Amino acid sequence: MSGDHIYDVLAQEHGGDGRWAFGTGFTDALAGVDTTLPEGVDGQDLALYCQMLGDDALVQAQRLIGWVTDAPELEEEVALANIALDLLGQARSLLARAGQADGSGRDEDAFAYRRGPAEFRNVHLAEAPRGDFARAVLTLLVLSSARLAVFTRLAHSRDPVLSAVAAKAVNELAYHREYAVAWTLRLGDGTPYSHERAAAAVADVWPLTGELFAACPVEERLAAQGVGVDPAAARQEVHEVLTQVLTAATLDAPGPFPDPVVAGREGRHTAELAPLLEEMQSVARAHPEATW
Amino acid sequence: MTTQTAPAPSGAEADQQAEFDARIAADQRIEPRDWMPEGYRRTLVRQVSQHAHSEIIGMQPEGDWIASAPSLRRKAILLAKVQDEAGHGLYLYAAAETLGVDRADLTQRLIEGRQKYSSIFNYPSLTFADVGVIGWLVDGAAICNQVPLCRSSFGPYARAMVRICKEESFHQRQGYELLMRMMEGTEAQRAMVQDAVDRWWWPSLMMFGPPDADSPNTRQSMAWRIKRDTNDELRQKFVDMTVPQARKLGVTLPDPELAWNDERGHYDFGEPDWVEFKQVISGAGPKNAERIQRRRAAHEKGAWVREAATAYADKHSAGRTTA
Repeated sequence: MSGDHIYDVLAQEHGGDGRWAFGTGFTDALAGVDTTLPEGVDGQDLALYCQMLGDDALVQAQRLIGWVTDAPELEEEVALANIALDLLGQARSLLARAGQADGSGRDEDAFAYRRGPAEFRNVHLAEAPRGDFARAVLTLLVLSSARLAVFTRLAHSRDPVLSAVAAKAVNELAYHREYAVAWTLRLGDGTPYSHERAAAAVADVWPLTGELFAACPVEERLAAQGVGVDPAAARQEVHEVLTQVLTAATLDAPGPFPDPVVAGREGRHTAELAPLLEEMQSVARAHPEATW
Repeated sequence: MTTQTAPAPSGAEADQQAEFDARIAADQRIEPRDWMPEGYRRTLVRQVSQHAHSEIIGMQPEGDWIASAPSLRRKAILLAKVQDEAGHGLYLYAAAETLGVDRADLTQRLIEGRQKYSSIFNYPSLTFADVGVIGWLVDGAAICNQVPLCRSSFGPYARAMVRICKEESFHQRQGYELLMRMMEGTEAQRAMVQDAVDRWWWPSLMMFGPPDADSPNTRQSMAWRIKRDTNDELRQKFVDMTVPQARKLGVTLPDPELAWNDERGHYDFGEPDWVEFKQVISGAGPKNAERIQRRRAAHEKGAWVREAATAYADKHSAGRTTA
């Protein structure tokens, strides 16, 4: 076999997107999708809603990135990086949609890098401290189960962009949940020590689950218009899934979800979010005039 | 062609050695179940596992910038790249395992400092421009080293290298594209790129290993067709490939001796600091201790997770035994 021609290829001019590893998908996340706003929908509402769903994914991805070069096994670094990449892709499409919907024309980076903590709309569970591997697995189990249930419904949204983003994301989220389930079983039903870690993770994560099923006024309005999803509609289904998984993992299912309380969706966050954003935005903010 | 390290063989072994030599001479592949001289096996285990370790440790200098990448597109590209490197490490460990070693044991050797990895990863990555320069120069040098390995005589290694080289060449272009963009940006961005080039140029040249005269393993590896070109030949190829790219980019390579030599048809270039090279190789580089410590910490901190997975698999391998 001869591979020497690769040298020549490398020395060539670097023109055309076709030869780049990830094609053009990284530059125009909404290529080919009808981006007109559905009739009767308030653009500001839709933009806020896209930020809620986009910020959940972005902040969760940012937390998962911490596992790359720090996971228990190389396979887990690959898998968690993959999950973070999926979520990053979802966030990019949703934040780009937010900039179209509110008429500002802001791009994904304007949302990711130039908003402060009070403007982020993610739930607290996404920003919660990384913790140990059991905590990461249980957080992923809860967030992927809830997001999958919401996005399955969102695939029927009247907004063509939300519908397209959700339809694509459903397959990704099903894999994220499957990965989290497999590890919940191994940790819960592994060694006495891993069982203890997994039980502690359930105890840490569970108090943050109520917020996932609390609808803020924007979500209620958009759900009524067939554009958004009322997360309360997914509450029962997600509870059943989690109870089933935890039981199979020999972990005690902690009873009903806590009362739904809106917090992150209205920009009220824990102290964990600011340092996460500070790190994420540090280079972009140090060079406000730069292009990357 | 005969191999130099094999003891004087007799009988069946002499036949095996002759067959091995004939296959090497005919440029045919050696596969894991084929007979091979012990020295050949040992050399390959060393080379393939060092290569795997390099991929894994090589995740760190760039991995440090994923969290603060200044655009979501760059964040996704970098995350995907670092993930590819973990994947390369996995294929290479699998190739090494076909030679009868165990990945867990190789990992242990890495975190105890008993096996080496590419010394380039012991340099720090100080700004986001380093991400681009690592892609352009470090991946570029890695490709020059690795393209000939796609024709290595050991089948599993050669096949792993085909896939790895394709991905590395994407990474190199992505690095170069980032630098092009930065050079079209602000003055501060251009200065960052030049600074990163100044820091990474000489270590990149050192990636090809010591000069041929000081490379104890090259001759035997070439005889066995594990390696196809000498260190100095590959270094020259890299310089010739990179100089026009640097010019197009608008950066200066930090070597006053760099000049086209019409007679040779190649660029002349200065001598890397081989004293520094030896220091970094022997563990005294700026980041040696930290790189190994990080891998070791991840491994040790994750021990209970791996034990849980094993315990779970044991419980559930003999049918459903859930309590």
